[in-house]
Formats: sequence, C-alpha cells, structure tokens
Amino acid sequence: MDYDIPINIAGLDLKNPVIVASGMLGLSQSIFNRLYKIGAGAIVSKSISLLPREGYRNPTIVSVGNMSYINAVGLANPGAESFSTEISKNNGPLLVSLVGSEKSDFSSIVKLFRDHKILGFELNLSCPHVEKMGMEIGDDLNLVYDIIQSIKKETTKPLFVKVGLGKSDIVEVANVAESAGADGITAINTLRAMKIDIETQCPVLENKIGGLSGSAIKPLGIRCVYELSKSLKIPIIGCGGIMTYSDVVEYMMAGASAIQIGSLIGLKGICSVGKIVRSLRSYLEAGNISDIREIIGIAHR
Amino acid sequence: MLIDKNLMRLVKIEDVSIETPTVKTIFFKDSLSSVSKPGQFLMVWIPRKEELPLSVMISDKKKYAAITIKKNGYGSTSLFNKDIGDRIGIRGPFGNSFSCNKALNNVIFLGGGTGLVPLVRLLYYIKGYDSKFTFIMGAKTKSEIMFTELINEWAKVKKIDLHIATEDGSLGAKGYPTDILRDFLSVHKDIDMIYTCGPELMMKKAYDLATKYSVHMEASIERYMKCGIGICSSCCINDKLVCVDGTIFNEIKIQKLTEFGVSYRNKSGILTKF
Repeated sequence: MDYDIPINIAGLDLKNPVIVASGMLGLSQSIFNRLYKIGAGAIVSKSISLLPREGYRNPTIVSVGNMSYINAVGLANPGAESFSTEISKNNGPLLVSLVGSEKSDFSSIVKLFRDHKILGFELNLSCPHVEKMGMEIGDDLNLVYDIIQSIKKETTKPLFVKVGLGKSDIVEVANVAESAGADGITAINTLRAMKIDIETQCPVLENKIGGLSGSAIKPLGIRCVYELSKSLKIPIIGCGGIMTYSDVVEYMMAGASAIQIGSLIGLKGICSVGKIVRSLRSYLEAGNISDIREIIGIAHR
Repeated sequence: MLIDKNLMRLVKIEDVSIETPTVKTIFFKDSLSSVSKPGQFLMVWIPRKEELPLSVMISDKKKYAAITIKKNGYGSTSLFNKDIGDRIGIRGPFGNSFSCNKALNNVIFLGGGTGLVPLVRLLYYIKGYDSKFTFIMGAKTKSEIMFTELINEWAKVKKIDLHIATEDGSLGAKGYPTDILRDFLSVHKDIDMIYTCGPELMMKKAYDLATKYSVHMEASIERYMKCGIGICSSCCINDKLVCVDGTIFNEIKIQKLTEFGVSYRNKSGILTKF
C-alpha cells in the first residue's frame, strides 16, 4: 500500500511514522476518519480537559511568514465527557491528548476513555500559553512524576509525554517522565512567542503571547530529539517544523522513532499528510532502505 | 512578488456606507481582497478586539475591496463602530467560490441577513450573462432589508426580478423567503440553479425544495471559525472543513453532510442541535 512504512513504537504497530500533532483537526470523529483514509499513521486529538473550554477570542493564530505560525487557541476542547461520546465508535489509530491542572483531573479523564478503541494517551506538559495547564505543570517536576503515575494507575495503554522548552531542562523533565512510567516522549511543543503590529502598536493575538510553530523551530526540535535520545531508553516522537520527507528523515536520524506534523497542514492542506508519507516511501525505496528503523538515531554513530 | 495571503495586511478604512441602522459596508484598499472570487471570505482583525470571518462585498474602485458587517456581538459591534481613517487587519481571501456558469438559463438567488453579501457580489459578477435572474431576499422587518437600491440600479440595464419577504409583512410578502421560493419552483419548471446564503435552516429548506424539484443549488455554509486555514477544525461539518473545503457546497456535497441544518459545533467543539 502507498502509505505503508510499518513501525513499532512503545509496543504500538503503526502503518507509518507520520502522526497528526495535537491541536490539528483534532475534535471530530468524521475528520479523524478522513485523516486515516488519506494516510495518517496515527492522530493525536486536541488536548482534552475535564470540562469543556471555549478557548481564547480570535485572533488565535497568526502567520509570521517563513512557514511559521504563532497560535494561542487556549486549549479549546469539548471536555472529556463529550469527547468520549464523539470517539465512542473510533476504530483508527487515535491517541487522546490530556491536559489538566491537577492530578485528579487526569485520572478522571483517563477513566472515561478506558474502554475506547484508542492507541493510548499523550500528556500535554508543554502548552506554552494557558496558565496552570501545560507548561506550568511541566516545569514542576514532582507534579509531573505524580501525574504520570496517577495516569498509569488508570490505564494499561501506552502514555506519551509531550515536553517542550519551558523553565526546566527538557532532558530532565523527560527523564522524570521516564522514571515515572511514561512509555514514550513527544518533543517538542510550540515555543512562547509574540507578534506585535507596529502600526497599531498592539499585540496581534488576543492572548498576546502564543506558541511558535513551523519551520522556525525545526533546528530546536532536532537538537532536543538528539539530546533526549542520548539519555532516554523509551522511544521519542519528533515534532516541530516538519514540512517535507527530508525533515522527517532528519528527525529520525536524530533519534525519533516517529514524527508529528502540524503547521504543514495549514500551509499545504489536509492532503499534505498523505503526500509526506508517500515521499518518505520514495526516499526509502530510492535509498534501498527496507526497514525505516535502520535510520533511527543514525546520526549518533 | 507574490503576497502571502496568510500574512495579515493592515489597511485603512477609506469609505463607509450605511446599509441599515445595524449594517455597514466598509471600503478599503487591498489588491488581494479586490480580486477575491464571489463567495470567498476574509479574516478581519479589529485591533485589540477580535478577528471575524466576513464575506467580501463589492467595490467598484480598482484594487479596492469591501466588507459588510452587521452589529451583533463584541467583535462585530467593534467593527461596526469603526470609521473612515481607522485601521483594520485583513488576511485571505480564503475558501472556494460560487460557480459562475454562463450556460445557466434561469438562476435564483436566495438570501437572508448578511448572507446577502456574497450573493450580491456574485450577481455583480454575472449580471452580464444571458441568464434570467430572480433575487429573493428575506428579513425580519422592513428596516433590515438592504441592497435593494443596488439591485434596482443593475435592473435598469438587465431585468432582475426582485422579491422581498419580511416576517412581519412590513415590506413585500409576509413570511419567509423560502415561501416565495416554494411558490416560484412550483410554477417555473425551467430553473437550473439556486445560489443561497443566510441562516442555515433557511438554506436547509431551500435544499429540500431544490431536491424536490431537481434543481442544482450552491449554498454558502457558516460555522464558528478560528484559524481560517484548515487546522483548528472548529468549523467542521461532518468530515469537511468549512474554511478550506467550503464555504460553498453544492447539492451533491450537501447530500453527504448529515449535520447540515441539524447540528453545529459550539465554541468548545461540542456538537449542538439547531
């Protein structure tokens, strides 16, 4: 099949390593089904909180050129109960992203998805623009440890922990996550950033500060994956600025077992998901690489 | 050099036209918006307030564009209160457009509220075609009826049948524009296209009538929008994203949209019944 580049990560068999990142197209089962059909190896849902969130007022996303965006959507999501109904008939490779402000939030959310046909969970410890959620949690290492343990108590499904560049060292946070029982690490999330309109002299995003994504952050993502893979035993999903198959290869050579795409969809449309898988396949065929695992971490040699 | 339509352009309001006590058209210079196709929309930023998706209206001046806004919520009232000289941000145009087909013989435009904007723009572009045009517009009351002068002006050169329905009967027929459409379709068997934009329940009635009488139709669907570029999925209807797969859907596509006229996603993304 066109989209088959089999890979196993944290015990999960994916048809290919191209995963749709959290926050992208992540709230409707119909859209998930469309993404499965057009080649996504897996999808991460929007970050789901215990209660529904409307998010920030628009503008929530601003293009800063050079294939990069700054966004502050404000973790808009339908809440755990509504989303569990939405995906109750899911049959595809879906990971549910979790966000919350305290330990009990996470275990309550996970319980609601325990019997669903999903691959597992991704813990968002790195959203850079919502107070007391995401990154503010990720910077508290004791809380990170406790949250992961409380999630693992509620589910046997794999848990990926998404880390970003906050106040704490990314390698240190990931090490804590691994020791607490995380099955994999996703790196990196967007980075705190801002856009000011010089004519009206005001910040463009309603929330003023948002997260930078796209090509601008790719070298940082590559560096983080490279450093993390030196220190971790659990697999890494690379994320940040992936626009072409060569970016996928670069992340995998740095040590990622799979990757996530996001901004690319805004720039090139929903079909870019399948296109990147097909061009990755062509690259592997042209290079006589029969198993993509051959390139994972090759840059460390 | 190509301008990246996703990058926000700051423009100055050059002119303002009052359409009704609560509706205003704002004119500005922007070459990208000026060449947008009928039915496309812009994301309009009101500094320090909000950003709104709005249909492109008509401007006769080269390189100029216009938007029409109805005073309603926080963002739209902020934009309504803007005046000549004020600055707003624009990105886009986004979305697909109505088809413009010279081969059509008998065309109906059916609109309500600010849904009239893309229809009036479409009529402006195709009014030179040989097709017969019937424009049906609806509003709650007489003071909310707009663009009739514009259409009557064009009707001096080319016959355009204008029908008006108001819910209180203060102008035109008492009732809904779909009542006029129903009567019209039962008499005229040679209609080959209905273009519609307005409240979804009105468009759903139009779709049911179009299906009954086997008439082609195109509807501009509205959903709550955040990004405008197909990533946030706030605007999804079934497996389609209104901002990039629409906003215009024809009857074949609408047939597959089981949520059309039935449910929409609220701001947090919960599927909610109309």
